Amino acid sequence: MGRGGVYPRPLITRCKRHPKEKSLSQVKENRTRGEIRPVLAQRYADGWGVGAKRGRLQPSASPPFAATRRQVSVEKPMSQYPERLILNVGPQHPSTHGVLRVVVELEGEVVVRCTPDIGYLHRGIEKLMEARTYQQCLPLTDRIDYLAGSANNLGFVLAVEKLLGVEVPPRARYIRVIIAEMTRIASHLFWLGTHAHDLGAMTPLFYAFREREQLMDLFEAVAGGRLFPCYFRIGGLARDLPDGWTTEVREFCRTFPDKMKDYETLLTRNPIWIRRTRDVGVLTVDEVLDYGLSGPVARGSGIAWDVRRADPYCGYEEFDFVVPVGQNGDTYDRYLVRLEEMRQSCRIIEQALDRLPEGDIAVDDPTITYPKKTDVYTRIESLIQHFLLVEEGIRVPEGEVFHHTEAPKGELAFFIVSDGTSRPFRVRARTPSFVNLQVLSKLAEGRLLADLIALIGTIDIVLADVDR
Amino acid sequence: MTAVYIPALIYLAVTMGVMAVILFLSARIGRRRVTREKMLPYECGMDPLGTLEIHFPIKFYVVAMIFIIFDIETVFLYPWAVVFRDLGWFGFVEMLLFTAVILIGLVYLFRKGALEWE
Amino acid sequence: MTEAVTNTGGDWLRLIVGLILVLIFSQLNALFLVWLERKVAGHIQLRYGPMEVGPHGLLQTIVDGIKLVGKELITPFKADKKLFVIAPVLVFMPVLVPFLVLPFGPELIIRDMNVGLLLIFAFSTFSVLAILVGGWASNNKYALLGAIRSVAQNVAYEIPLLLSVMSVVLMVHSFKFSELVMAQQRIWFIFLQPVAAIIYFICATAETNRAPFDIPEAESELVAGFHTEYSGMRFGLFFLAEYTNMFIVCAVATSLFLGGWHGPFGFSLGIPGVVWFLAKTYFLLFVLMWFRWTFPRVRFDQLMNFSWKVLIPLSMLNLLVTALVLKFV
Repeated sequence: MGRGGVYPRPLITRCKRHPKEKSLSQVKENRTRGEIRPVLAQRYADGWGVGAKRGRLQPSASPPFAATRRQVSVEKPMSQYPERLILNVGPQHPSTHGVLRVVVELEGEVVVRCTPDIGYLHRGIEKLMEARTYQQCLPLTDRIDYLAGSANNLGFVLAVEKLLGVEVPPRARYIRVIIAEMTRIASHLFWLGTHAHDLGAMTPLFYAFREREQLMDLFEAVAGGRLFPCYFRIGGLARDLPDGWTTEVREFCRTFPDKMKDYETLLTRNPIWIRRTRDVGVLTVDEVLDYGLSGPVARGSGIAWDVRRADPYCGYEEFDFVVPVGQNGDTYDRYLVRLEEMRQSCRIIEQALDRLPEGDIAVDDPTITYPKKTDVYTRIESLIQHFLLVEEGIRVPEGEVFHHTEAPKGELAFFIVSDGTSRPFRVRARTPSFVNLQVLSKLAEGRLLADLIALIGTIDIVLADVDR
Repeated sequence: MTAVYIPALIYLAVTMGVMAVILFLSARIGRRRVTREKMLPYECGMDPLGTLEIHFPIKFYVVAMIFIIFDIETVFLYPWAVVFRDLGWFGFVEMLLFTAVILIGLVYLFRKGALEWE
Repeated sequence: MTEAVTNTGGDWLRLIVGLILVLIFSQLNALFLVWLERKVAGHIQLRYGPMEVGPHGLLQTIVDGIKLVGKELITPFKADKKLFVIAPVLVFMPVLVPFLVLPFGPELIIRDMNVGLLLIFAFSTFSVLAILVGGWASNNKYALLGAIRSVAQNVAYEIPLLLSVMSVVLMVHSFKFSELVMAQQRIWFIFLQPVAAIIYFICATAETNRAPFDIPEAESELVAGFHTEYSGMRFGLFFLAEYTNMFIVCAVATSLFLGGWHGPFGFSLGIPGVVWFLAKTYFLLFVLMWFRWTFPRVRFDQLMNFSWKVLIPLSMLNLLVTALVLKFV
């Protein structure tokens, strides 16, 4: 049985053409040209590596950071370095945070060269979206960064709403902020646990997951899903908050800073932790800007770039919070920045809860919002409205839109091209992990193998976010 | 003279016997099926890249060499420790000088950077 | 030397009974320690640990052991077969010999050799060799790196270990365990030699490859380190040897610094010596586990530097100060 038997129906039903593209072949060419292949050096492809098949990994002419490489490691056959060991770290490795593969050249314990190879978790989400209505795209965004599902939902719905030109009611806006900040805490907690685990401290993981579990339960209460809540809708929210939910969240915000002391006790002033993280992976301001890094990775180096503050959305300008920045730009500073961000997120949640108004949770527009279920059964207009929204989807006016948000891992942006139908012509997700991962080679070269693991952790990547 | 160590040898032999039984049992009970993927050396799910026949950095040999020197010096100190009381001040000063030489050697190694890893 | 000549029948009986007891004890002890480790980890990490097999999961490790025996023994392609097979044997072979001289109680030393302490150190060095052989023979890069790390680490921590123990030997003038313990009847050596005790314990942690010095098998870096390619009972032997070695270093620490079978300050409180000994040893084992689940792992260069630049000079100074004080007292 071939693959055709497994998928009897092609997933992508039609091929759309951009007005400027003449023929189908040109469409193909244009689409593949922009694709970024993992950078692997020529010599793996040329068979120095036993397992590398010729031509499978595309060699790159010059990596963007060629100039920073040590001169000796450029374009010389491996036989000249008999002391070098080529090691695969990943994809099946305990601490590459998923399926990252890093090809490492070692001299003893020192990493002389390191090449990340990505794509093991590529699901083609951007392409899949082209065949789906905007509402159907939403569950896909959950899976971009599966540790911060709601943050991705938020980025996508805000972009679509920008294109539609609608503004959600205040209650929905505040709830979105609450959920997004809770997601940030959950994501940072996960990072904290795994990062500590990578450095050999196995216990903080369980403490961090204890709190994360509370958040997951809260997500479940509000949306039914834990990792993939998919609670936001274009034009509002799926449903209103359940009774007593806000009290639970308040309780969480009240106790959480105390519980953070557990992590601080185990790590912040632990001499081994400090030695493992301080002066490891130092990023200067220039490097951050050159590589286009964002999120805590950028803030750890002292760049106070936070989209919530720099280009507020969802009414973030109303809230009083601090954008923490580091001084040295090393792993320890990024650790402190993330810890502080969790506290600030707590503050934002509390403020949002204080101001949470009563009212609608979605815009009152029959072409965007689903009618009430009871109306669908009793009123013909609502039935037709429901039918049209499900069958045809939300018609989005023709145009292009770019909207960026501050996801837990950095700047998450969606670029959507609409051709006036109810399905996006092209969606591009600028995910923070993908951009931040670039700097790994630069940071790891010349450091020890153990530092490489620490660096993968400090960049805080999720491979689903890198590969999409 | 060597008879003292006979018990130790007996213990070694018995342990060997026990292990032989365990491994034999294990080899008999455990199933055996050879597949290519299973028999490949583990390298994170990829076919191994490159070769293992590499020269290991000289650093490790340097450390091994330093160790041997220090270890022998430490072993020299052991008999001294046992008869320390009988040796009197002469033994003490003698060993003081000996240890001083070792410490100077250690300082020299630091200065030379023999123990720097990066 | 004299006792060698007087090998009477009673001596042999003692040896054989001791052997059987040691065989049973060492196996049960290793299984118990594995269980204890999982329990300690569980409770530190807000979990229960094993709970299913037997009361509080006590039989879990026995079941695991049986499972390991039934597992396939995999030898990877291109591995050096002979060395690969021999390594687990080599690692487990010497772990029973130290029991010969360990002083469980005043009358519970199987053979009180006058080189007791040296015998233990001599045999404990075997495990490094086994790790090197196993890691080298696996034809696996992670295993090779783990093996090399292990050698570098053990080499670095051997010296301060020996030096710190020497301070105690200097005070007792003997390697005989019975004499070492007897000398602590009134006051334990940990109060007279606190620096040596701490250095010994740090080095012992490193020698047994325990966290925070577990870099030879650093899970998050080297996956499983030197035993990456080992499966079934071959892995089981590495595992059992590690836990038995833990017991041995803790037992030695108890005899050298915590007064062996003596109660504190000469008060035995009517408790038998062997209970004191085991209680103190298991307390130290608990501390080792506590370390593991609390500390992050040190980095390779930090580990080496710590030994060469801190522990070795410190232990040498400690030795000199001890000698000086002994001269004047």
